[in-house]
Amino acid sequence: MVTDADPQFDPPEDSTTDAAAGELVNQTLTAAELAQDQSSGRSPVGLHVARAPEAGANAEAPSIVRLEGVSFYYGSFRAVKDISIDVRAHQITALIGPSGCGKSTLLRTINRMNDLIPGTRVEGRIRYHEEDLYAPYVDPVEVRRRIGMVFQKANPFPKSIYDNVAFGPRLNGFKGDLDGLVESSLERAALWGDVKDKLKTSGLSLSGGQQQRLCIARAIATEPEVILMDEPCSALDPRSTLQIEELMAELKEKYTIVIVTHNMQQAARASDRTVFMNMAEDRAGYVVEAGPTVGIFTDPRNQMTEDYVSGRFG
Amino acid sequence: MTAAAPLDSRLRGTRARRRNERSVKAVLLFAAVLTVAISIGIVSSLIFEAFEFVRSVDLGRLFSAGWFPRRGLFDLPTVLAGTLIVTAVAMLLAAPIGLASAVYLAEYASPRARSIIKPVLEILAGIPSVVLGFFALTWISPNIVRTLFTESTGFSLLAAGLGVGILTIPLVASISEDAMRAVPNSLREASYGLGARRVTTSLRVVAPAAISGIVAALILAISRAVGETMVVAIAAGASGGSLFTADPRDPGQTLTAAMASLATGSDNVTGNSSAFLSLFFLGFVLFLLTLGLNLIGDVFVRRTRQVY
Amino acid sequence: MSNSQAITVGVVQGSLRRRRVDVAGTVFAAALLLSLLFTLAVLAILVGDQMTRGLPVLAERGTDFFSASLSSRPAQAGIAQGLIGTAMLTAMVALLAFPIGILTAIYLEEYAPNTGLTRFIAINIRNLAGVPSVVYGLLGLAVFVALFRALGVGTGRNILSGGLTLAVLVLPLVIITSAEAIRAVPNTIREAGYGIGASRWQVVRQLVLPSAVPGILTGTVLALARALGETAPLILAGAVLGSFSTGGSLGDLFGGPYTALPVIVYDWARKPQEEFRALTSAAILVLLAVTIIANGFAIFLRNRYDRRW
Ligand SMILES: Nc1ncnc2c1ncn2[C@@H]1O[C@H](COP(=O)(O)OP(=O)(O)OP(=O)(O)O)[C@@H](O)[C@H]1O
Ligand SMILES: [Mg+2]
Repeated sequence: MVTDADPQFDPPEDSTTDAAAGELVNQTLTAAELAQDQSSGRSPVGLHVARAPEAGANAEAPSIVRLEGVSFYYGSFRAVKDISIDVRAHQITALIGPSGCGKSTLLRTINRMNDLIPGTRVEGRIRYHEEDLYAPYVDPVEVRRRIGMVFQKANPFPKSIYDNVAFGPRLNGFKGDLDGLVESSLERAALWGDVKDKLKTSGLSLSGGQQQRLCIARAIATEPEVILMDEPCSALDPRSTLQIEELMAELKEKYTIVIVTHNMQQAARASDRTVFMNMAEDRAGYVVEAGPTVGIFTDPRNQMTEDYVSGRFG
Repeated sequence: MTAAAPLDSRLRGTRARRRNERSVKAVLLFAAVLTVAISIGIVSSLIFEAFEFVRSVDLGRLFSAGWFPRRGLFDLPTVLAGTLIVTAVAMLLAAPIGLASAVYLAEYASPRARSIIKPVLEILAGIPSVVLGFFALTWISPNIVRTLFTESTGFSLLAAGLGVGILTIPLVASISEDAMRAVPNSLREASYGLGARRVTTSLRVVAPAAISGIVAALILAISRAVGETMVVAIAAGASGGSLFTADPRDPGQTLTAAMASLATGSDNVTGNSSAFLSLFFLGFVLFLLTLGLNLIGDVFVRRTRQVY
Repeated sequence: MSNSQAITVGVVQGSLRRRRVDVAGTVFAAALLLSLLFTLAVLAILVGDQMTRGLPVLAERGTDFFSASLSSRPAQAGIAQGLIGTAMLTAMVALLAFPIGILTAIYLEEYAPNTGLTRFIAINIRNLAGVPSVVYGLLGLAVFVALFRALGVGTGRNILSGGLTLAVLVLPLVIITSAEAIRAVPNTIREAGYGIGASRWQVVRQLVLPSAVPGILTGTVLALARALGETAPLILAGAVLGSFSTGGSLGDLFGGPYTALPVIVYDWARKPQEEFRALTSAAILVLLAVTIIANGFAIFLRNRYDRRW
């Protein structure tokens, strides 16, 4: 049983702007501080490596989704607290952290998938192009069309490969060349070659890796702007995993990607920015450190981060 | 910020779809409300008419010489005893046979044998009770009851009870088989690993682990037997009324059969005569009895689910 | 030393060897098998007994048995009115109970908030399914018959009352089986749908229901089979025992007296004349054929589409 997909958090309209402005300033400050901190250089060697790509990316990559002091509650249990992060356009942002620290929870608040779980509540702001995603007038269905999702376990519909990919466009009343769209989506998901002769067979007949790429094709067929991926490779063999990573690198030309992963190499290899989360005493997840991936992996500012990325805990 | 304005309006979604979603929900809600209204209707009409009955008759009539509604004698012990006898006979037949079948299906039968036997049991479960009533009267009664008790007249609570028992065998078998199959294989393996044989494993390991489900099966079967009408109406014999009897070989009256016979002559018992109203009183008693049994059975069913 | 070793080996070998006869085990297994065979034997005797008595009637009377009306003279009595009644009742059940039942199941599984009230309704429905069918007959008598009488549709004892009663009777069964079929659709399918921006109804209509259809269908066919064989509620809700003549008009069909196949079986089973015994068996054969076909179809559907996720 599910609850109504009504917005569960409706802030008073007028106070929004103030708070937001405050947060914004804060955010900028933090970023500036961070830069300052790094340039003042506790480890000048690492700094150079870390800053070079970020400086460039930072300049041209505007934030597309911004979380401002987000907390999420399952009933009275606070699963994540006071999360403030930026997701930048055409970058891959990796969420890492020990099991149960709230990565999936956080990811699912971004496209309001958690609305479907009864008794949950969001605090703080999630902005998408400066729009408050949890404003009362926002339709969660529209949000999910723009911010798509790929799940941990590949979950193709029990329909043909073609119908799987065409499902989203059909929902939106797509009028154009559906065959072309299906082909290009499968192409972009690096699956076209494998399936072009059996588009009418069931999506469930594919291998695990192929199924996951089918799910990616299905997600991009609706032309979202952001794609959220929750451990998309955890059930795949190394070869399929590499394929998906290559795929993500291509996809970021067109989309913005947020990925949850337990695989440190994957985060290091594939992502531009990394957010490291951990659990506080009360089991609420919080952000320990966020920033350019290179920095997190080569020059973490926090001892916990260093322990985690080097595999000493978690 | 300028780009945000059109985006904002798109995040709102289209009015048509919101309206569509709302009307779908309204239709579904209507169906659910209707279902609830129906259950309230059943219970309240029962209570209302049963109350009318209790008000209209002298309560002493509920304990009189026998159940003769048209003469104003509504002896409750008569119908309750009849129901009790039929149910007891039915369970004496259905419990051992049903449970043994369940053990065989769950622990012994090959998958192939199961795939043949189970549908046959399901077919038996689907046989209309009126057919079993006729069978009880024309086959069980002469071939079994009269062979055992030669003085029997043809109609008897015993024959009816056996017919009801046959009807409930599939119910006992399928619910308790489900319960036994829900017992994890690791338990069986542990038992075999200790060198236990199959009998021991079935009786000492699987059956105790599935006990909640087995109890539930028996309770639900009792409820079913208490509420069974047509078998008793045809084979138990007391169509108009009956004197109190505690002997299964006698014809007798049960809660349900009394209702059927009141309705059968229902052209005569209409309006607010106490005979007509007694129908609802019987129905109410029957409803309470089966409701109680089902609620208890439900507790046991849920307990099985919780364990594994 | 080597001698004692040989003895040990012998003992171990002996104990590993299958015991010659496991008496208790064999007796137990045989007893289990016997109880199962008992059930199957009952079924065989039941059907065989009806056949020996009923088949000659069917052979002798031929189509006349199916086209003749009820009569107190055994040689002329037929089941035409029962067939028409049963067909109409079945149609009414399908038209009323199926849509309401399936829609209720969808609401409860996919839309209803998980509140105490919803759980209470679900428990209620499960208990309704366990209410004896004769009690539903009382509802038919107290509500539907009374309603139609008040509306001036004859005495109110018409097929509309009977159909409504049966529809209410199978409603919980339809809801429970449909809800189970819907619940069996894995949540990952729903998440996938929501994840690409489907609305709730789109998810239900295009993803959940197609996967649940075989289960829902099985449930509805089982419910129909149940309705086909019900007698007690119809007797209470005014089905006629004994013969009657039917006018041909639509008004007579819906507002006049009615009966159904199982009601005819009951009526004939109570008659003292020996000839009616054979007629009863013949009618039972027809009834059995109809219910076994319906049940068999449901079982077939379930086994065919029993999907493991
Ligand atoms: N539906 C739910 N209801 C209640 N609590 C939940 C629910 N889903 C998750 N939680 C709790 O929220 C916390 C965070 O869970 P979440 O799944 O977000 O962690 P995660 O970081 O994704 O873990 P993993 O790496 O194992 O996937 C956990 O304590 C979990 O028990
Ligand atoms: Mg997770």
